[in-house]
Amino acid sequence: MNIVVCIKKIPDPEIPPAKFKLDTEAKRVLPPEGIPPVINPYDEQAVELALRIKEKSGGKVIGLTIDDEASPTVVKHALSMGADEGYVLTDATFLGSDSLSIAYILAQAIKKIGDVDLVLCGRQAADWDDGVVGSLLAETLKYPLVTLASSIEVSGETLKVSRVLLDGYQEFAVPKPAVVTVSSEVGKSRLPSGWGIISASRKEVPVWDASAIDADPIRIGGGAARKELVKLYVPARERQCEIIEGETIVEAAEKLAEKLLKTGLI
Amino acid sequence: MNQNSEISKYEDVLICGEVNHSKISTVTTELMRTGRELADRLGKSLHVLLVGKDIEEASSEAIALGADKVHLASGAPFEESLPEFYVQILTRLCAKLEPRIVLFGQTDMGRDIAPRLAGRLDVPVFLDCVKLDIDLDSQSILLTKPVYGGNAMAEWKAHDQNTQIATMRPRVTEPAESDDSRQGEILPVPEILDEPSIKVKLLRTVKEESKGILLEDAKVVVAGGGGIGGKEGFWLIEELAHTLRGAIGISRVPCDEGWMPKNLEIGQTGHMVRPDVYITVGISGAPQHLAGCSGSKFIVAINKDPDAHIFKESDLGLVGDYREALPSLIEKLKSILSA
Repeated sequence: MNIVVCIKKIPDPEIPPAKFKLDTEAKRVLPPEGIPPVINPYDEQAVELALRIKEKSGGKVIGLTIDDEASPTVVKHALSMGADEGYVLTDATFLGSDSLSIAYILAQAIKKIGDVDLVLCGRQAADWDDGVVGSLLAETLKYPLVTLASSIEVSGETLKVSRVLLDGYQEFAVPKPAVVTVSSEVGKSRLPSGWGIISASRKEVPVWDASAIDADPIRIGGGAARKELVKLYVPARERQCEIIEGETIVEAAEKLAEKLLKTGLI
Repeated sequence: MNQNSEISKYEDVLICGEVNHSKISTVTTELMRTGRELADRLGKSLHVLLVGKDIEEASSEAIALGADKVHLASGAPFEESLPEFYVQILTRLCAKLEPRIVLFGQTDMGRDIAPRLAGRLDVPVFLDCVKLDIDLDSQSILLTKPVYGGNAMAEWKAHDQNTQIATMRPRVTEPAESDDSRQGEILPVPEILDEPSIKVKLLRTVKEESKGILLEDAKVVVAGGGGIGGKEGFWLIEELAHTLRGAIGISRVPCDEGWMPKNLEIGQTGHMVRPDVYITVGISGAPQHLAGCSGSKFIVAINKDPDAHIFKESDLGLVGDYREALPSLIEKLKSILSA
């Protein structure tokens, strides 16, 4: 089982809302001061799932990222968790690519890697929250797709994939090679081990540009984008919170009950 | 409305509807309002596609809710509702209708099918939109969606006026009003499917019935978060919900920690609710959670951290340990409500 996991570097999504700043003029989010970017947590869970499959079925796990710079940070993170190889795709012509182009770039790289049985993507990236690249990648590669998976079992040439529903789950049988997007129900991702960090630091992470993956310039970058960001803003806060005072919490709680009743809503 | 004129290129609105127990789902009735308004502003028709078995009744309901044309894909093999069936039906329907926009709910089905269809048609797709508008100058459709976990809002438009695809977040608008005097056409969708291309096999679907009042229907929701500290504390949440005849919800932490079942999760990756009263207990107020409840009429926060972000997003707040606050709150509410 050779598994490619698509991973993205994003601003840390766990920062307190007060630290979130954007430049409305330039329509972009400002990196939070002093807080380094991280691997998208949903992609980290995809790496986790890939490693669990490898532990049972063998093969290798390959991290793949597109970055504005030739930075191996998130690929190294995947390697330190236990992935075997990783690649960074970077090229000035990739800048401004929309989801359709991103899927195309990833598909070109996956074809170059070759001999891939499974491609995993996080359910969405916690920056733009689009949640479409994995599905578009399946369409581009013409691989079967299951979205929002919580687990994958391998039996021969078939994958048994559990898909999370709001009120339950579904099980699918899918032939290899396939694309699967991974949901948070996979559970906690493992921490990189000391040995993992050392071995990751020794590994080469090849950097591929547009020509290395034979990307058609017509299909990538801002020129190919089908959509345009018109406005980016922080939503206005509409509520004014009244904090209930009281000598004791018991007193405050009783006042809360009375105030709730006065709303006429209960 | 131009029901009798020929369908114009890239102008009509198509909704991919959902049916529950032979009835149009609540999410679809909300889409019907958004879709009808958009079609009226464009001066064009509203189409609704329904897929599955036992949907004949729902098709008349769709007309009463505002559809000009209902496309019905019923019977075998559609009843299996495999993603690939939807995509093939929609691909054909889009080739025929050339709609300006295809709308889905941001549901298990919508978030799965919409991007597949976008890939198949090679057109832009926008997931989890909360607002659709039309730019008067360019006649472009403007689509607003939360980004960065709800910290910001982004307004997008497609570059060309070809077909585009969007999913709408549930509970951001009221359902469409039903009017039985409305007229519309019901058109069967021919069952031409490329079955050999369907490589994915559905083995089974398991639905976990939640007990008590459905989260989406509840007038009052009491939600517990990481501050509850463990499974044990949730009896107080249940007791408060029971006192107010409400439903129980949770934020991400109790779900990830396995304290409570996943099907109670409220937020970006769970249920979207819009009750009259939403009471949070031990929830810090991450934007990803607020995404699922910010439309509530009245929000109450109980948290021991006076600096918790949740207080900025609430109408009424109590700073203190829930273990002390909830028993008194429940007792007082019981005595008031029984009086």
